[in-house]
Amino acid sequence: MGELKRTPLYEVQRDSGAKLVPFAGWEMPLHFGSQIAEHQSVRNAAGVFDVSHMTQVDVTGQDAEALLRSLLVGDVGVLEKGRALYSLALNEAAGILDDLMVYRLQAGFRVVFNASTREKLGNWMQRHGKRFGAEIDFRDDLAMLAIQGPEAVGLAGEAIGEHFAELGKFCVAQTGELLVARTGYTGEDGVEIMLPAAESIDLWKKLGALGVQYCGLGARDTLRLEAGLNLYGQDMDESTHPLESRLGWTVAWDPEERDFIGRKRLGDIADAGSEHELKGIRLMDKGIMRPGSEVQTPSGKGRVTSGSFSPSLGYSIGLARLPAGVKGEVRVIIRGVPRAARIVSPRFISNLRRGK
Amino acid sequence: MSEVPDNLYYTETHEWVREEPDGSVTVGITDYAQDALGDVVHVELPELEAEFVAGEESCVVESVKAASELYAPTTGVITEVNETLESRPELVNEDPYGAGWFFRLIPEESLAASELLDAASYEDMVEDE
Repeated sequence: MGELKRTPLYEVQRDSGAKLVPFAGWEMPLHFGSQIAEHQSVRNAAGVFDVSHMTQVDVTGQDAEALLRSLLVGDVGVLEKGRALYSLALNEAAGILDDLMVYRLQAGFRVVFNASTREKLGNWMQRHGKRFGAEIDFRDDLAMLAIQGPEAVGLAGEAIGEHFAELGKFCVAQTGELLVARTGYTGEDGVEIMLPAAESIDLWKKLGALGVQYCGLGARDTLRLEAGLNLYGQDMDESTHPLESRLGWTVAWDPEERDFIGRKRLGDIADAGSEHELKGIRLMDKGIMRPGSEVQTPSGKGRVTSGSFSPSLGYSIGLARLPAGVKGEVRVIIRGVPRAARIVSPRFISNLRRGK
Repeated sequence: MSEVPDNLYYTETHEWVREEPDGSVTVGITDYAQDALGDVVHVELPELEAEFVAGEESCVVESVKAASELYAPTTGVITEVNETLESRPELVNEDPYGAGWFFRLIPEESLAASELLDAASYEDMVEDE
């Protein structure tokens, strides 16, 4: 284990009272006092997360599009300039190498993927890039802030001095090295901003002065779980494929001649039918489900992949990989004791808002 | 720096213990422990009249982040539990030495004879962590 890396915002966060913890090789804020208060701020107003640890690469060159069309399950060939796509990279066995965001810029693509897969996926992209004659450049000179919540778009616009209200969902606006995308990982409206590292400190402070709550990775995890969004390395990894990870929708099967890595194997799995599914689960009894908790169902055993306390709902929720077709009531083993749980839609937060 | 009141005894596993006039002791987790755990969201308390041996797991404290155990600081019988924590577990964070107490027990032997830490020793231990 080498020395932990620090983002450009490390010092200003430490001075704001961040509780710093190691995360994927980085020293990152877990919270700034209360993880639950930060969570609620994002649900009710606005919060800002430093996500500069995530890997940003630029994919450029004449064959950049051809390269990404061969690497990703989604088809960037139909992605317009100024738009974003959530996609996956697979290995030949259809195991998930990573999940990522692709932003199509005026020239080339920005790809943002996990901090934990920086070497693995970065090297993989560069290796295939050579085959195609496309350039893969790590943008370690940039920072990234996610401003999320019902008031986030307005407040981010105020901090930057521009208006983003007209920026569509999954669209990205580019001004020199400043990228503002209407994307996020919380289930709320908001923007993700990529900008030169030196400018990120000023933006962070301006957002704080406007009343935007500083948030850590703890709140980010409960927010994404309530929104039913997978976490790489926990809900999916190289041993799982998209169809058992609730990510079948990301796969562009047409046109048939587009032969992305893993396509053949994934097609075979789709024909045979997946044996497992990733489902939402809520605990009916008291206690908290954790990753790894065993789930007992009439069709066999499964496992909780993400489990936590939901600050918005006040009980424990999770994602669980289960035998295909399981519905209704199940049991989760927590510290040796079976507890009542129920299979539900993993869009926990939209269930709440629809009054279900 | 976390708060370590002088009038309490402590354990190496971050429980505090207060002697009451009636001979019972009140038990909770320290300010240092609640800070390390983060927001507490669920507490499983012991049954009344349950008997514990010193060091035995007596409660489960769940924060958003993780589950951890509260160990009986001394051998004895539970006489009272803080049921308020079942509906307001956040009291463990807000007031760890007051409203966030966990349970009372009648110790089998006097506290001075047991191997609890005083405030100064506990403070030294926490500083080394």
